[in-house]
Amino acid sequence: MSRFSITHAPHIKTKEDSARIMTYTILALLPAAIVGIYLFGKNSIILIASSIIATVLTEYLMLFMRGKKAVPADVLSAVITGLLLAMVITPATPWWMVVIGSIFAISIVKHAFGGLGFNIFNPALAARAFMLASWPMIMTTWPRPFDAVTGATHLALVKSKMLEMSIMNMPGHINTYWQLFIGSRGGSLGETSVIVLLIGAAFLLIKGIIDWRIPASFILTVAVLSALFGSDPIFHVMAGGLILGAFFMATDPVTKPMGRAGRWIFGLGCGAITVIIRLLGGYPEGVCYAILIMNGFTPLIDRYVIDRVYGHGVKNRKNDKRHH
Amino acid sequence: MKTFKGGIHLEYHKELTAGKPIRDAKEPKIALIHLSQGGAICQPLVKAGDLVKVGQKLGDSDKLISAPVHSSVSGKVTAIENAPHPNGTASKAVYIESDRKSEKVEPIMNISVREAGIVGMGGGSFPAHIKLNPTMGHIIDTVILNGAECEPYITCDHALMIEEPLSIIEGLIGILNTVGAKQGIIAVEDNKLDAYKKIKDVIIQTNIKAVLVETKYPEGGEKELVYALLKREVPSGGFPMDIGCIVSNVGTAHAINRSQKTGMPLTERVITVTGAVKNPSNLRVKVGTKIIDLIDDCGGFSGNPKKVILGGPMMGITQHTLETPIAKCTTCVLVLDEKDVKLFEEQSCIRCCRCVDTCPVQLMPNFLADYSQNDMFAKAIDGGAMDCIECGICSYVCPTRRELVHWIKLAKAKKAKK
Repeated sequence: MSRFSITHAPHIKTKEDSARIMTYTILALLPAAIVGIYLFGKNSIILIASSIIATVLTEYLMLFMRGKKAVPADVLSAVITGLLLAMVITPATPWWMVVIGSIFAISIVKHAFGGLGFNIFNPALAARAFMLASWPMIMTTWPRPFDAVTGATHLALVKSKMLEMSIMNMPGHINTYWQLFIGSRGGSLGETSVIVLLIGAAFLLIKGIIDWRIPASFILTVAVLSALFGSDPIFHVMAGGLILGAFFMATDPVTKPMGRAGRWIFGLGCGAITVIIRLLGGYPEGVCYAILIMNGFTPLIDRYVIDRVYGHGVKNRKNDKRHH
Repeated sequence: MKTFKGGIHLEYHKELTAGKPIRDAKEPKIALIHLSQGGAICQPLVKAGDLVKVGQKLGDSDKLISAPVHSSVSGKVTAIENAPHPNGTASKAVYIESDRKSEKVEPIMNISVREAGIVGMGGGSFPAHIKLNPTMGHIIDTVILNGAECEPYITCDHALMIEEPLSIIEGLIGILNTVGAKQGIIAVEDNKLDAYKKIKDVIIQTNIKAVLVETKYPEGGEKELVYALLKREVPSGGFPMDIGCIVSNVGTAHAINRSQKTGMPLTERVITVTGAVKNPSNLRVKVGTKIIDLIDDCGGFSGNPKKVILGGPMMGITQHTLETPIAKCTTCVLVLDEKDVKLFEEQSCIRCCRCVDTCPVQLMPNFLADYSQNDMFAKAIDGGAMDCIECGICSYVCPTRRELVHWIKLAKAKKAKK
C-alpha cells in the first residue's frame, strides 16, 4: 500500500456543496416568510413551523423506509419544501391541513419518484395543488393583512371585473401598485411582498444559485402576453404568486430543464400558461399550475432541446480553401 | 478582456513559486528515461552495460507519430525495464547511472525538430514536428503561443517567459517561418503582467502580437484559446490546423529555439515543484530525474504529504511512488497536504446545472456521466463525450461531488477500446 492516496483528477473541489446551496435558498426565503408573519400574525408562525417539522420528519421516515442514510442535503431540501409550502398557501389554513400537505409532498411527490434529485414535480407546488383540490373552500379564503376580516385577492377581483376597472380607469391605481409592491394585500403567506422577494432573489442570483433565464423568460412572457390580451402588464407581474413562483419555484433545480435553450422554453411555457389560466381559465391564479405543467414537460425538453456543443457544425477550412 | 464561454475562477496558489528564479536541480544519480514520452513508444537503441553521453539517442520509432528519446546524463546503462510512468501506469524505461561528468555528444548543425525529440511541453506531449508539418491542403495563417498557464500552482511557463522571453519569441518566429504563417500571437493570462511586459519588450521590432487573456480556467486549453483569440472553433474531432491555426506551448517554442542554437536535443526542462514542500521552486531539471530527488532538492516534505501529483490539481495524475521520473512534458510536481485532500462520497444529482453552465465545450456532463454509470457508453458518445477536453471543471463544481469527468473519460476509453 502506498502512503499516498490515488484518485482521479481533479484533486480540488469547490466548497459550494448542495447543503450550502440549500442553506442559501432558505436564507433567501426567510425575509418574505417574516413579512408574511408580520402581515398575517400568529397562525403564520404555526403554519411555517408545522409544515417544516412535518416535511423533515417525513423525509427521515421515507429515507429510513428506503434504507438510505440521511445526508444534510436531504434534510435541508425537506426544510425548503416545508417553508415553500407554508408560503404558497393562505394564512387561514389550519395547521393539520398543511401537515397532511407536507406528508403528501415528501412521501408521494418526492420519494415515490426516487427522492432528492429524481422527483418530476416541485413537491411544494404539487402539495398545494393537492390541498386546493381537497379543501377548495378553506384554501381560497384570504385574510386581509392586520385584520381578521377576509376578502378576495387582487387577482380574484380582476376575475370578477371589479379591480380591472379601478386599475385602468382611476388615478388611484398607483396605490394598487404600491400595495402589491410592498405586500400589504391579501394572498398566500409568503407571496405578497414583491420588494422583499426581489431582495431574496437578488441574493440567489449574485450567489449563482439560481439561473436568470427562467425568471426572465417567465416574467417577460407574462408581461407581454397580458398586454396583448389588453390587460395591465405591471399589475400581472406583481400580482399573485408570480414573483415567488418565477424566482423560487420555477428555478427549483430538480424540476427544471438542464440546457440553456431548454430553460428559456421552460420559462416561456410557464409564463404563457399563467396568463392563459389567469385571463381565460376558471381560476384567478395560474402560476402554480403553470409551473407544475411545465415540470411535466421537463424530461421531454431535456431530451429534444440540446445546446450546440463547441465545434459542432463548424466547417473544416481545408475544404473552404479549394473553393477560393 | 479576451476569453472563452464557460470556465471558472479558481484559487491559484501561484504565489508559492511565482517570481522565483529558475535554478538548476541537482544532477540525478540515476536517470530513468522513459521510451514512451510522446507518440508511439520507442524501441531501445542501447543495451545494459552501454556507456552513453548527454544527448545520445536512447530510443526511436519508425511510426509516423513518434519522437526519439535522448539521455540527459552521461554514464552507464544499467537496465531497460518497466518503471513507473508519469501517466500512472508502468512502461519500459532506460536506467542510466550517471558518472557526473556530463559528457556531451557532438552538436548537430540544423538539428531537425524530430531529431531533437521535441514534444508538446505543456503536458500534451504530442510530437512537435507533426504539428509543424500540417498535412496537405491545410493553410496555416496563425500560430498561437500558449503562455496562459491556467492550472493552479504551476509557474514554470511564467518563470520561462520572464527569464527567456527572447528565446521564446525566436522559437515562435522559427515556427512561423516553417509553416509559412503570417500572424503570430502569444497569449498570457492577466495574472502574469510581469511576464507580459517582458514579452512586450522583446517583440517591439516584430509584428508578433502579445495578448492578455482573462485569468480563467481552462484558458490555456487549445480549443478555448483559439476561440478567445480568434473567435474560431476547432471542428468536432478535428485539430486547430483545420481552421488555419497552430497552438503551441511557450516551453515548446523555447525548446525548439534552444535545440537550433545549441545543436543538442531536448534533455532538460523547467518544472515547478510546489505545495507541501519546504522550499517550493522553479527548477531546470534533467528529464528522467525521479520525484524523490526533486523533493529532496526542495528541502523535503512539509506537513503531512497525502497526494503527489504530476501536473496541476485539475488535470494532474496522482503518483503512488516517488520513484516516478520526470518526462519531457511534465510541468509540475505538486504535493498536497493531508488537510487539502478531502475524499467525498458521490450523491445523486440535484440538476443544479453548474456543470452545464461552466463546461468550456458546452457539454451536459451530468447526462454523459449518467449514461456512462449505467453502461450506456454509446449514448454518452452520441451526447458528445469525445468532445470533452477532460479539464475537470464539472467534477470541481459539482455540489453533489459526482466524479463527472471520470465517468466521461470512462466512456471515451470504452470507445477507444472498440
